[in-house]
Amino acid sequence: MTTSTIAAPSDGAPERRTLGAAGPRHGEKLVLASLAACAVVSVVVTTAIVFTLVTPSIDFFRAVPITEFLTGTTWQPAFSNAAFGVLPIVVGTLSVTVIALAVAIPIGLCCAVYLSEYAGRRARKILKPILEILEGIPTVATGLFAFFFLRPFLEDVLPFLPWGGIFSLFVAGIGVGLLIVPLVSSVADDALRAVPPGLREGAYALGASKFEVTTRVVFPSALSGIIAAFVLGMSRAIGETMVVLIAAGGGNPNLSFNPMESMQTMTAFIGRTATGDISQGTIKYDTIFAVGTLLFFMTLTVNVIAIRLVRRFREVYE
Amino acid sequence: MTTETREPRSARARIAVAGARATTESNFGTRDQKDRVESLVFVGILVVGVGAALLGLVGIIAWAAVKGRPLLTTRLITEGPSTIDIANAGYRPAIIGSIYLMLGVIVLIVPLGVGAAVYLEEFADKTKWWNRLIELNIQNLAGVPSIVFGILGLGFIARGPLSLGFVAAAGSLTLALLVLPTVILAAREAIKSVPPSIREGSLALGVTPWQTVRRQVLPAALPGILTGVILAVSRAIGETAPLLLVGAATFVTFDPDFFNSRYSALPVQIFTYAGRPQEEFRILAAAGVILMLGVVLLMNSVAIFLRSRYEDRI
Repeated sequence: MTTSTIAAPSDGAPERRTLGAAGPRHGEKLVLASLAACAVVSVVVTTAIVFTLVTPSIDFFRAVPITEFLTGTTWQPAFSNAAFGVLPIVVGTLSVTVIALAVAIPIGLCCAVYLSEYAGRRARKILKPILEILEGIPTVATGLFAFFFLRPFLEDVLPFLPWGGIFSLFVAGIGVGLLIVPLVSSVADDALRAVPPGLREGAYALGASKFEVTTRVVFPSALSGIIAAFVLGMSRAIGETMVVLIAAGGGNPNLSFNPMESMQTMTAFIGRTATGDISQGTIKYDTIFAVGTLLFFMTLTVNVIAIRLVRRFREVYE
Repeated sequence: MTTETREPRSARARIAVAGARATTESNFGTRDQKDRVESLVFVGILVVGVGAALLGLVGIIAWAAVKGRPLLTTRLITEGPSTIDIANAGYRPAIIGSIYLMLGVIVLIVPLGVGAAVYLEEFADKTKWWNRLIELNIQNLAGVPSIVFGILGLGFIARGPLSLGFVAAAGSLTLALLVLPTVILAAREAIKSVPPSIREGSLALGVTPWQTVRRQVLPAALPGILTGVILAVSRAIGETAPLLLVGAATFVTFDPDFFNSRYSALPVQIFTYAGRPQEEFRILAAAGVILMLGVVLLMNSVAIFLRSRYEDRI
């Protein structure tokens, strides 16, 4: 036999392996470390955002007192007699948000209640994916639709409104509202479906009608999740840029409460200013970052509230 | 009714009495008519709401299709932008720019997103504060407006510490960071839905934790992860606002490259065309929207189909 020389244990017994590792597994540790590094990237990104926003903002607030920035009512950063009162564009942002929510809350809620309580299995299987697919419509498409179609269409349908120039914050608000309907609907739908069926069955057993079960049992039980849906929609509306930039224009930012006119929002200001040629180190450049900082903290506050609310309805029913 | 004898004392008794009363009343049929009307009106309102949502959202697609139809030719893909010869203008450099951007986004988000998700689901000790910080941070990052990521791109990536310049690489990195939280959240859901018995079986055979993840968990979670990546990329294709700040707004007539030249992207080029006063440019913009919607909606459909198949299997 020629193979006997290769494997010949001296005492004939098979070689025993230990159950534990033969040595420290450096490869495993290396992999774990690189996975942890991937997770840390997100924290690095947040830190980088804060760093990027705050550094030029400090320069900005050296030139413009923070009280003047937050309470001033004239926003003319590009003029020779520049004024940096941010209130007009904050009012612009809040107006868009209110109009958007006025559109998205009733429509989104109808979709959610219908999908979760009334739609049959087949209707749900068709409608839900359609809404999810439409959620991906790029905002620039919604903006063009609002500006080129909704604006003239609404003027024909509602001629009694005081329509101003070609840009209108009202139309922008409706466009943004349309954009956030799928978001509001899907989060509210999740909240309604998280209500245990036992609550519904109990109410039916007491003789309640479907309408009563939906409005008096399911809806109140899912309330925190439904509010979370509104708050998330609000955060999206505050941060939305393209629809506002296209449909409301970057027009002259007067402190005005007339939504039929052109109006500037915080996001539209940033988008418009950054598109032009601006050199680093000028006050105009720093203004982008100061407004960005304010926008970042506004949406952060709203998001923290939304995350809390979502966690609450998860805790109750899951 | 004849139940006014005595008010029950405890809350529970009161609810029981109210329930009994409602049952009796509905059995006597006095409320049937009212219920039916109420129900009908309510369902009517709900259906109108659903109809409004579908009408509005499908209206966007219909508008683009009708308006952009006359210029929807192959010239859109083969020709570059022009201010003089509008009839022959197209999106060629912008499409090439968008393809570069997306390749960069995919290369960055797949390892980073899946790596972070595997760490958080399989290895992280949830009782440690730093792991909870990472989780909370990802949730918050998902809600940061895209224009703020544009500011990050402007002040940190194109200029500032990284100073890549206004090139496609900077745009790519900006978009990748923007959609990274979406990928991480989707990948975590996919990994979470892999049954623990698969892991336990593998570990019981003496396989190391990382081998278990690589050979068992990741293959099982693949469809879910793929869904998340496709949705993230489709969102990145349509993102316009952050790119305005990272230099994609320029008029590019040549085919861009990744690291050295100025670039444009499809949605930004659409926005630029739409801003011109001539009607032909608006039609061209609408034709561009059809192109973009075609790609984005197709990707979303594939992702959602994939997920529903995958959910059925589990």
